[in-house]
Amino acid sequence: MLGDSVQFSRILTELTLSFHIIYATIGVGVPLFIMIAHWVGIRKNDEHYILMARRWARGYVVSVAVGVVTGTIIGMQLSLLWPGFMEVAGHVIALPLFMETFAFFFEAIFLGIYIYTWDRFSRKKHLLLLIPVAIGGAMSAVFITVVNAFMNSPQGFEIIDGRLANINPIIAMFTPAMPTKISHVVVTAFMTVAFMLASIAAFRLLRGSNHVYHKKALFMTMKLGLVFSIATALIGDFSGKYLAEYQPEKLAAAEWHFETEEGAPLRLYGILQDGEVKYDIKIPFGLSILAYSNPNAEVIGLDQFEKDEVPPLYIHYFFDTMVTIGMLLLGVSALYYVAKRWRWKIANARWFLWLIVFSGPLAFVAIEAGWWMTEVGRQPWILRGLMTTAEAATSSEYVGLMIILFSILYFILGVGSVVVLNRIFRRNPVEKELAKYESQKGGDPA
Amino acid sequence: MTLELIGISVLWLFLFGYIIVGSIDFGAGFFNAYSHLTNKHHILTNIIQRYLSPVWEVTNVFLVFFFVGMVGFFPTSAFYYGTALLVPASLGLILLSIRGSYYAFETYGSRGHKGYSFMYGAAGLLIPASLSIVLTISEGGFISMVDGKPVLDYWGLFVSPLTWSIVVLSLAAVLYISAVFLTWYASKAGDEQATNLMRKYALIWAAPLIITATGIIVELRAHAPWHFDNILDLWWMFAISGVLFIGTVWLIWQRRNYGLAVVLLILQFAFAFYGYGISHFPYILHPYLSVEESFTNEAMAISLIVAFILGLCLLLPSLYLLFKLFLFNKDYVRGKEDKNHA
Ligand code: HDD
Ligand code: HEM
Ligand code: HEM
Repeated sequence: MLGDSVQFSRILTELTLSFHIIYATIGVGVPLFIMIAHWVGIRKNDEHYILMARRWARGYVVSVAVGVVTGTIIGMQLSLLWPGFMEVAGHVIALPLFMETFAFFFEAIFLGIYIYTWDRFSRKKHLLLLIPVAIGGAMSAVFITVVNAFMNSPQGFEIIDGRLANINPIIAMFTPAMPTKISHVVVTAFMTVAFMLASIAAFRLLRGSNHVYHKKALFMTMKLGLVFSIATALIGDFSGKYLAEYQPEKLAAAEWHFETEEGAPLRLYGILQDGEVKYDIKIPFGLSILAYSNPNAEVIGLDQFEKDEVPPLYIHYFFDTMVTIGMLLLGVSALYYVAKRWRWKIANARWFLWLIVFSGPLAFVAIEAGWWMTEVGRQPWILRGLMTTAEAATSSEYVGLMIILFSILYFILGVGSVVVLNRIFRRNPVEKELAKYESQKGGDPA
Repeated sequence: MTLELIGISVLWLFLFGYIIVGSIDFGAGFFNAYSHLTNKHHILTNIIQRYLSPVWEVTNVFLVFFFVGMVGFFPTSAFYYGTALLVPASLGLILLSIRGSYYAFETYGSRGHKGYSFMYGAAGLLIPASLSIVLTISEGGFISMVDGKPVLDYWGLFVSPLTWSIVVLSLAAVLYISAVFLTWYASKAGDEQATNLMRKYALIWAAPLIITATGIIVELRAHAPWHFDNILDLWWMFAISGVLFIGTVWLIWQRRNYGLAVVLLILQFAFAFYGYGISHFPYILHPYLSVEESFTNEAMAISLIVAFILGLCLLLPSLYLLFKLFLFNKDYVRGKEDKNHA
């Protein structure tokens, strides 16, 4: 029975977090893009960008609502499903969790003000209101990721005779995992949102709207997408180096690196048959370079670990998915940028626009794959090296039932948010809205 | 004041904040749905939406703040309540989700979908009912330890009169608080019809509120004598609360000074709520958890309190701005600036 509740708790946590992370990513990224569009609009005195900010803000509110709802759920579920862990977490890592609520609070207040005060302030003042929203969103991601970093490399306390002692909440926050984790999470959120907005613009263009509004949106978001993809790949590389140093078992499992060796190759894809890797693509010295920037460095393999402390090997596929998508999107946005600069025809080709349409959903797949890789790759630990997942789980018998209820809820929320977003934008197409503002002003806005 | 006391007072303050702000919100949802039924919808909807839409997320943060703070200040309580509350808390969460998504889905999507606003109204009553169960459990007698793990006695809880009285009290309180507040808000907006309707609701719900509140104190005598004795020692707090209650009802009855009525209402609940909290001391969960035993370590406590003070310095000015723009701005309340929405 207890085995079941551990298994079910894991499934429910996976479900809630995988759902929340979609909206959380939007919550972190979109305010930045609204801000940029709003700012460009003011600077160039171009109504199109102002309208972009306005429309994105409108969609953003819907996703925030679901983000808040699912965030509240996961916040409480952590205590409901992992009471053993939360007791320890409360003693050692409660500070960032607590500060996160302030970040939400701050974000919530100013978002409410921003949304309900269009045209009540001057444009510049109104833009200022957005800064706390963007900071609040990013800080929530930072604080929660600090908690996750702690789970991966716990420190800031000692265990003496089975009791916690010498607790230092500040040291617990600044773990070795923190710098790479935070920066990777925040930058990938920006990257994902850039491609999400780009895919919407590309889709409108494909659907026959030839409005310059969509072209401006596409160009701006793809350019930012390129910047953030480069940053993502760089920081991803640093994340790999962190793993090699502090969580070698996770890196080794993700790379199917079985034996400790020097000059280790990087394996991509492939399948595992009777302990043999087949059909893989081998990049000589690749893993040593990823892990230590040195083709001859020694990389620790799975042979160094107890069998029951090796994470599930299927995380290899999550890793490959994330990296492949990262490289692909980097390529697409770079090609788009170059093509626009040199006026190559390809930038307007239908098949290329379709590729951009897929970039948004692919970025979300990469986010999910990345989280599944890190979280499953931490198994069997919930606090690496200290507490196993099984020790932390609830003993309640009703977790299975809750999985069913929450699945239904997420289904409704997911479908509901898509339907509502669709309706908002369908009912109010760009052309119509621009015409409305122009007639209000009576002038010719840019 | 010891660190424990500061910790529990801060949390209690946020729970109180949630109860007031949340009640206004939950009750408004119910009145909104009810007015659909009685075809008085046109009277209330505007008032309710204008107040609620910009503030709902803030309401939710009060709750998040409370349970995150609980984990931080009293980690052991996370273990006990976390294990025992899986089912009731999950149901509460699902109801909260229905409500939370209402704003987004309803205000931006299908304005006026009746089914959803009924669900929304019903959820507004079920949430306080399901959350108030925590108060019942904290009185003790419903949790037993099996193999060192806390187990909740669902049947005992279900058949206990105390459970149901607390549920009824929470419902009456929600509807009363919300009706008094909306009376004031509607009168500020200069909407006479809505004011009269809300005034009527406020008077109707005053009676059940005071009857159940008294009833619960009597039931505690049988269920939790320790708590009952503590309440008697603090009789004056409850007496002040009662006087304030009479003051509110009198003002509403006389159609006078609705603003002052809201202030008295908040004070009335503050006295009752703090009286309840103080008399519950030192137990967080009778008899397993006391404030002192379940308290976190000193280093964490100090850093949480510092973070809290710094956070308040950031929040109070922002909250002031929010209220200034939406609650105390005549033009907004009257709906003159309705067009500013993104
Ligand atoms: C748009 C999403 C996205 C993209 C394109 C990438 N990543 Fe990533 N990655 C994430 C989204 C992500 C993430 C969801 O944000 C993770 C999960 C947990 C975390 O800290 O960040 C993550 C984790 C993560 C980790 C594990 C860190 C840890 O466990 O502590 C490594 C080693 C990498 N990434 C490496 C890369 C590399 C080399 C990429 C090459 C381009 C890459 N990522 C692209
Ligand atoms: C940032 C803070 C996070 C915290 C504090 C956290 C906490 C936890 C906890 C307590 C568990 C259960 C123990 C376990 O099975 O390992 C878990 C597992 C898991 N989490 Fe995270 N998580 C975080 C972020 C995320 C995110 C954003 C995702 C995204 C989808 C995620 C996905 C998962 C998955 C898939 C598992 C299950 C791993 C397995 O197969 O057992 N986590 N996490
Ligand atoms: C264990 C993991 C997590 C917990 C406990 C958690 C908790 C929460 C809570 C309680 C809220 C709602 C706050 C409110 O009432 O306003 C929320 C929203 C949010 N969360 Fe999470 N969260 C988790 C994971 C994450 C991760 C990994 C990220 C970012 C990468 C993230 C980013 C956000 C953001 C930006 C919001 C604001 C809502 C929005 O703008 O959409 N969260 N989260």
